[in-house]
Parts: sequence; C-alpha cells; structure tokens
Amino acid sequence: MSWINESGPYSGIVMSSRIRIARNIVGLPFPSIASQEVSQKVVDMVKKSILESNSILSRDFDFIPLKNLSDVERYVLVEKHLISPDLLERAEVAAVLINHDEQISIMVNEEDHIRMQCIFPGFQLDKAWELLNKVDDIVEESIEYSFDENLGYLTSCPTNVGTGMRASVMMHLPGLVATDHINSVLHTISKVGLTARGLYGEGSEALGDIYQISNQITLGPTEEEIISSINIAVRQIMENERMARQALVQSGKLEFEDRIWRALGMLKYARKLNLQEFMSLLSQVRLGVDMGIISGIDVVMLNELMVKCQPAHLQAYVGREVSAQELDVARADRVRKELSKVI
Amino acid sequence: MLCQQCQKRPATVHFTKIVNNHKTELYLCEECANQKGDFKVFVPFSINDLLTSFLDMGKAAVPVENQGLIRCKSCGMDFMQFRKLGRLGCQDCYKYFADELTPVVKRVQGSLKHNGKVPRRAGVGLRLERQIQQLKAQLQKAIEAEAFEEAAKLRDQIRELEKQLGQL
Repeated sequence: MSWINESGPYSGIVMSSRIRIARNIVGLPFPSIASQEVSQKVVDMVKKSILESNSILSRDFDFIPLKNLSDVERYVLVEKHLISPDLLERAEVAAVLINHDEQISIMVNEEDHIRMQCIFPGFQLDKAWELLNKVDDIVEESIEYSFDENLGYLTSCPTNVGTGMRASVMMHLPGLVATDHINSVLHTISKVGLTARGLYGEGSEALGDIYQISNQITLGPTEEEIISSINIAVRQIMENERMARQALVQSGKLEFEDRIWRALGMLKYARKLNLQEFMSLLSQVRLGVDMGIISGIDVVMLNELMVKCQPAHLQAYVGREVSAQELDVARADRVRKELSKVI
Repeated sequence: MLCQQCQKRPATVHFTKIVNNHKTELYLCEECANQKGDFKVFVPFSINDLLTSFLDMGKAAVPVENQGLIRCKSCGMDFMQFRKLGRLGCQDCYKYFADELTPVVKRVQGSLKHNGKVPRRAGVGLRLERQIQQLKAQLQKAIEAEAFEEAAKLRDQIRELEKQLGQL
C-alpha cells in the first residue's frame, strides 16, 4: 500500500500522509560530528534492532547502505519520499531500512542517528502514527534513546526536540492556486503553528500545485495533539479547495473544462516536456479526473506517472546519463506511452 | 526556440537552477523572465533558518565574543560552533549550553515541557510520575463523589508507585 500506487481516503485532494520521528542513541555523538567508527556502530545497532527483532517486521525490511547505490538510485529513493536529500550528504556512512510495501523507512545517520517515517496514501495520519509508534517500540527494545524528562527526545537540532515528530500531509490544491487564495491559506496555517512547503521538502518550489502541510512545533503538545491539529487544518483546506473549484466552474464552465482537456491533449501528444510544464499539465488533468470531467484515468495512475517522470526516475528509465533536453524528450515519451494504455 | 512559459515569443533568457544535484534548465522570453524575477516562486520558510535568526536576536547571557568559551564537556563542541552549524554535537550539549539554549528553545517551541511519548527504558521515572498524577486526579474525583472504598484503593496504588519511584 505505497502512497504512489494505492488509493487512500480523500485521495482526490490528499496525496499522502507522512509521519517521521527523530531518535538518537544514548551516549553517542550526533552524526554531524561522529567519527566513521561511531557512525558504523550506529548503523550496526539499528540494523540489528530491526532485522534481529522477534517481531514479524524483521523479515519485511531490506537493509540498504547508501554507498552501495549509484547517484541515480539514491535520487530515485528521494523522489519516492523514502529518504531525505539530507541523508545523501553523509552517503558514505548512511543507510536506510525500507519495508517491502515501501510504507516504512528508517534512515540511519541523517541529521539524527535515527529518522524513521511511515507514509500512507491519502488522508490517514492517525494510521501512519499507529504503525510508526510500533516500529519505534521495536527499535527501542534493543536501543536506548537519548531522552530528557523535560525536553523529551533529544535531537541534533533543537527545532525537533520533544516528540521529534514531523507530521505532514501532501495536498493537491489547484483550485486555491488558480483563485489566488493559496497565500492567504498558507498565511493562516502559519498562525496555528503549521507550515507549508513544496513537493520535495524544505526549499523546494511548489510544482504542480502540490503543498505539504506540516507541524512546526515539536515540544509541548503530545503526538496525538500534533496530528489532530494538522487533521483539523487539512479538513479546512480541503473544504476551501472544493469551494475554490466550484467558484472556478461557476465563473466559466466552458473555459474551465477547456483548460483541462487542453492539458490532457498536450500530455498525450507532446514530444518534449520539461518538469515544470509537465507538473502543471498533470495538475490540470488530476483536477479534471477528480471532478469527474475526465474518465478512464484515476488519480492513483497520475500519482504513479508523476513519480515516474521525476528526473532520477527518468534517468533510470533511459538507462544512461542524459542532458536536460534529452530528459524532456524522454519525459514526453514516457507520458505518451503510459497515457495510451488508458485512453 | 520558443519561450517555455508562454510558448509565444522567442526564448532569449536561459535560467539554470540546481536542486538536489538535478539541473533544471528554463528558456524564457524576456517578458516572462521579468515576470519571474529572481525565480519568484513560493519560497517556503525553513525551520532551521528560524532557529538561526532566534539565536541572533536573543539577549545572550554571555557576550558573543566569549561564547567560544562555553564548551560541552562530552563532545567538545563550543557554543560558537553550534551557532554556525545550527546542530548540536551530542545529547549533553543540551546540559552544557542550557543557559544560552533554553531561552532559544522556549522561543522556537513555545514550551519547555515534553508531554508526548516516553520511551520505556529512559523514562521509567517519568512514566511512574505521570501515572501517579493520573491516579491522584482520580482520587480527588473519588473523594468528591464520596466513593471512599474506591478512594482507599487508589491511595494504596499511589503509595505503591511512590515507593517504586523512591527506589529508582
């Protein structure tokens, strides 16, 4: 049930729900200053805690040292949201454990010794936390965490201290973008301790009208309280998005549908697509599918197509190093091929 | 080549941008390039930047020039290094930098008290304390409701837990 190829609750607007927690091992320096030996020790401890645990999970995980992967393979994992770009900074000593369904990944030697996350399709943060909480318990059976009674889980950066939790929901918001309401929505959520980012994390632009809503504060509220405040905000944003879409239809149904069909036509026949153009056309088509204007395609297929057409996935698909121009041609090829299967 | 943005005018401006080692190239006409300005996209605001700015604006307990003297005895990192890196060296930095760091954490997080999950091992004491607090609240309710048998049971439980806590 990966976020990329399965449907989940409210998949039309909510693409995925993700929870990550940061943990460190008691008595060891944090990765930013740890020696090679210490880092290796951390990798061994975390690997053992999962693969040699008595839990049913132990057989479900693959252990992947990053130094065994090519550059393209590393970025494929980033594009699938299974590892963070920051993990690549310490690729020599970093590793990741990923379960077979690609819902759970445990990064070792990122900014903290352990960063584990659970990512589900659609809007289901509660379920993601329920599962991740169990994985955390299993790791803790063999590893003692750095913990302080007042400050909670101690993390390398004080912005993560406490629960160490970042919960984020990825939303497709073309209506709010088209009606220019997106900035006021983002401004409002920042007032309640939440923050919004583009598709691929901090510092990335909001391609394809996709935003990630996440908590900023990690110390004070409980994990459940953090999740509940995001849930409230996400429901509200979904409602606003639906209203914005209705407003767009009312202000000109023909123009609205025309834009969507044109986007589909471009995707079906273009010979060259750069990432930005592809993402904005895909956004229109996704909108059309979710509103029942286009039939024969579902949003899951579009999520899959979106990930398949990110740069590293395309490089892997082509099988050799290609220029940015050639990548745009490969993207258009791939889109045509995938779409011709369905319509 | 036509502008990739408007597809109408010839592209005269070439933007190259590198994100996560991936080069994005953009060919735009002058008009679209001007509209785009310096890649005017929604610039999400980074939590780590926020930390650094809080570190800069706070009233330091120790003057900046002496912050290199505040040193973590476990990992050797000094507070100046932390300011530059934005990352602590080890768990004990929280203790050795407490005078400087606590106000910053308070400002960034709005709180200094963790109320979330407690790990089984490290948090035995805290678990007991929380349990005792809960039982005390129940005891108060039981007394108010004049459920004295229930209250007696709760009192015994609290005593037992307090004994365990004392032995830690």
